[in-house]
This record gives sequence, structure tokens and C-alpha cells, in this order.
Amino acid sequence: MRRRPASFLASAGLVVLLLASATLAVTFGPADISAGDAWMTVLHHLRLADTAPLSPLRDAIVWELRLPRILAAAGVGAGLALAGTVMQVLTRNPLADPYLLGLSSGAALGAVGFLLAGMALLMPLGAFLGSLAALVLALAIARLLGGATPTRAILAGISIAALASAATSLLIFWSATGDSYREILSWLMGSLSGTTWGDTGLVALALVVCAPVILLSGRGLDAFAFGDAAAASLGIDIVRLRWTLLTATALLTGVMVAIGGAIGFVGLVVPHAVRLAVGSRHRVLLPASMLVGAVFMLWTDTAARSLFDPRELPVGIVTALVGAPAFLLILLRYRRIT
Amino acid sequence: MSGLVLRDVEVRAGGRAIVADASLAAPKGRVTGLLGPNGAGKSTLLAATLGLRRRAQGSVHFDGLDLAAMPAAERARLAAYVEQSAATSERLTVRDVVALGRIPYQSVWQSGPGAGDEAIVASALAALGVTGFGDRLYQTLSGGEQQRVQIARALAQEPTLLLLDEPTSHLDIEAQLTTLDLLRERAQAGCTIILAMHDLNLAARHCDHLAVMKDGRVVAEGAPAAVLSAPLLLDVYGVHATIVQLPGHGAPLVVYDRARGSGAGPDSG
Repeated sequence: MRRRPASFLASAGLVVLLLASATLAVTFGPADISAGDAWMTVLHHLRLADTAPLSPLRDAIVWELRLPRILAAAGVGAGLALAGTVMQVLTRNPLADPYLLGLSSGAALGAVGFLLAGMALLMPLGAFLGSLAALVLALAIARLLGGATPTRAILAGISIAALASAATSLLIFWSATGDSYREILSWLMGSLSGTTWGDTGLVALALVVCAPVILLSGRGLDAFAFGDAAAASLGIDIVRLRWTLLTATALLTGVMVAIGGAIGFVGLVVPHAVRLAVGSRHRVLLPASMLVGAVFMLWTDTAARSLFDPRELPVGIVTALVGAPAFLLILLRYRRIT
Repeated sequence: MSGLVLRDVEVRAGGRAIVADASLAAPKGRVTGLLGPNGAGKSTLLAATLGLRRRAQGSVHFDGLDLAAMPAAERARLAAYVEQSAATSERLTVRDVVALGRIPYQSVWQSGPGAGDEAIVASALAALGVTGFGDRLYQTLSGGEQQRVQIARALAQEPTLLLLDEPTSHLDIEAQLTTLDLLRERAQAGCTIILAMHDLNLAARHCDHLAVMKDGRVVAEGAPAAVLSAPLLLDVYGVHATIVQLPGHGAPLVVYDRARGSGAGPDSG
């Protein structure tokens, strides 16, 4: 139809942009590596090319350091942007982000708890469990208040988040030492340094499981534009759709927080920026948001690791530095239109 | 019996029945007006008819089919609903909003409205005279324009049962008349229409059948000339009124005199 080729082209263009960005990002860093050598290295490791183009050291820099981190960054960005888009529709709250229901505070508590208990390697697991616990608690409280409506879920989420943050601060205050303090701080700000293929695989797994569920709900999310009753009158099983999407979003966000820490602004700003460009038809918005989130995160993380080389910034600082002004610009745009 | 039949419908909220023992029969292919003062339960009854509000009791049948037992998607292809007011914070053009009416016909795998959908959307836009602002953002429209867009969305659902909650409350008088004429055409094409409304004279003139609600109950039902009477208006609305019959004007005309309990009317001084 009229707009379908355009939206298909936009998605195809974004995929090309993502591949080009990933290729270019591999060449960024102290060791000088060309894009061609990077691709040949990938092909070699996939056993599609016989000879390794780089020395073992440089090969390791591409294959063990840069590539998993770049792919994880793209995956985390895609996941957070997707989760943010869904939360904004489900809660009918334009300020919603993936952490709205206390997920990031719960994750922080879990991660810090595991770290201080001497299980630093299991920090991602702690973060995941913490975020899920926060979500389940928030929804249980909302139900207790008489049904998990968006407003009740948000209010419950706020109280859970405040409680979890206080508990985290207490833990840090009580038992953190210099080293663990530094590690906690970097995690709380969001960081992808030291990402391994295992982390990348986990991010990919979360996307493979959750993204299709969300992407196929575009029709149902469209129906939510005018609220629950309107969606139900259009034949949408609103209770089932809401719980399915909340579960998928929580799993996705839980894994992203576990791998990257509480990276702010991606899930808030990217959906708004994309909505401004393509509108709210979710069958276009969801894939576009996901791809733009991936490209955005890929570049902010590349900036975080190479801007002040050899020192590395937590990527959350970069996303906030870019995201906050972008969000203000979007607000100004919206004010002029509505 | 064909048409929409409600039997003893009860809806509860906050521990009390806001609709109780409501029964009515809206004839097939006719326009039925649902009347009653604010808070009488009109909106609740309409929402409960489509299962958008949970019924504590009662049954709802359309052409013998139990609407409550029907899968939601199937019901959405049969019956459309226009809310009293509909706001969104989403960035949707008028055309996008009308295209929402095609959702019940689309599969999960479909990437957007198909060619057939676009044609139906276009004709719904044209029917309501809103083709001209198809590409404008919904939020930038006036209240009356938004109402017409919502009616167009409902028509795009190709319903055989159409429920509207005060669909003309924000419209200017010309748009009210053209909209009511349009609904009449749809009824003649076989669609059963129920609309909640406040203007008794428009209801008398444009509806085939009236049902009057008071305190959650349907207290009168029948042809406009039979239903609209001075005692009923005093009982239900609390106004003294005179019903007159103008020559050449088919429907009864309600002339309001004064509210019950208020002072003298204009012609008694």
C-alpha cells in the first residue's frame, strides 16, 4: 500500500546502517585495524575463510574484545528501545521507560547484594533476579489495590523503586570498600566494559525470545491508542495482551540491565524520536525503534570507550549526555504540534 | 427476535448497581435513541452490551447470538462502538485512526492495512466528510471533527450493530443533521443502530425507536410519539414541558417550560 514500501525501505536502510556502523566501530580504538581486516577476521572465525588476516594479538582484539562488545551494545540498545516503546503504550504514559516498574532499582539491589556477598561473577544473575522480583512485587501490589491498571502499576513501581534504592544505598554505606565501591558505581551508571561472548549470547537469546512476541503485537498495541475500552471493542483481548507484553518486556529489560547496568535514556528517547519520524503505527514503529536503538547504543558505547582513551567512561553517562538534550528537543517539537 | 435484545442487565460499581434490571429491544435495521438524564446509566449500558463493562447479571443477544459468548475478534467484526470522547497521546493521522477500524479483520502477521482495507477506510472518510484532513494529526482536530473521525473509524469496522455514546454532542447543528442522516442511511442498509443522546427533538425526529433510562433502569420504550409525554419528561428529567405537533413536521416537538422546583416559566408572568 501507499506507505508500505516506504516503511520497508526505512527498515532495510536501518539494517544497512547498523551493519555499516558495526563495521566502522570495530576500527575504532588504540590498535589500528581496517574494516576489511575486521570482516576477514569474522569470516575466518566463522570458518568461511582459510587464512587469518591479522596477527594473533590483533585477532584477539577484534574477536575477543571489540566484536562481542559492539554486538552486545547493539543488542542492549535494541532491547531497551523496544521495551521502552511497549511500556509507553501499555501505561499510556509518554514518560515511561523500561525501568518504570522498579526494574532498574531492583536490578541494582540484586547486583550489589551479590557483589558484596562475594559473588562478583554472578552479578548479572543477581541483577536479573532483582529486576524480576521488583516487577512481580509491583504487579502484585497493583493487583492488591484492585487490578493491575497502568496507574496502579506505576504507583506500586515507584514505591518498590524507592525501597530498593534505599536498601542498595544502605548496603553500599554499610559494607562497600574502595574497590567494590568503584565497581558498583560503574555498574549503576551503566557500562559494557569487559563484555564477553557469553554476555553477547545472553543478550541475543533474550532478543530472540522476546522481540518476536513484541513485534507481532503491533496490531494490538495500535488498538490501545484510545484506551482499554476502545481496544477491547476492536476485538483485542486486553488482559492477555497486557500480561504477555509486560512479561516479555520485563524479561528483556532484566537481561539488558544484568549485562549493561542501568543505562538510562535509550528506552525513553529513542522511541519518542522514532515516533516523531514515522508516527505511532506500531507495525512500523516497533522495528524502527529497535534498529535505531541498536545504532544509537552502538555509537554511544563506541564513544564511551574511545573518547577519552585510555580511560573509559561508563556508557550511561554518554547516553544521558546525548539523551537529555535530545529529549528536550523532542519536547519542544511536541509542544509545537499538540 | 431479531435486533438487539437486552434482558435484565445489571452492572455493579463500588458496591451498588449503576444499571439494574435494564431490558430493551432495539429493532433490526432501525435507529434506536437511548435517552435519560446524566448518570442514568446510558454509557454503562452501552459498554456492558459489548462486554466492555462486566455484567453482574442479564443477557445480551443480537439476532439470536449471545454477544458475551462470542470471541472478542468476531464480536468486533459484528459490532462497533463510538465512545463519548476519545483522546490519545499517540501520533496518529486521521487516516491512521480510521484504519484502526480494520484491526478486527487483520491477522497478527500482517504488516499493515491491505489494499482492501485502504479502500474501505477511504470510503468511511468520505462518508463523514473528513477526507480533506486525512493526513492531519488527530490531536490537532476540534472536538467535533474528532467525533466524526471516530464515527468513520466505526464505519470502517463494517458493523451490523453500531453503538454510539452521544456521537453528536460536540457537533454544530449542520454536522449533527448530516451525521444523523448518515446513520439513518446505514440503518436502511441493514445496520442496527443505538445511540445515546440528550437532544429530545433530534431524537424524536431521527430515531425510529426510543428507550428512556432513569436511575439505571429502562422506564419507557417505544415509538417517539408514544414515549415522549409531559408526565414522562417531568418524572425522568424533572422538567415541565409541552409536546406539540407542528403541521408538516412528522415528529412530536418538545417545548421546555421550566425545571421542576424552579420559579415561574417565561409565559406565566
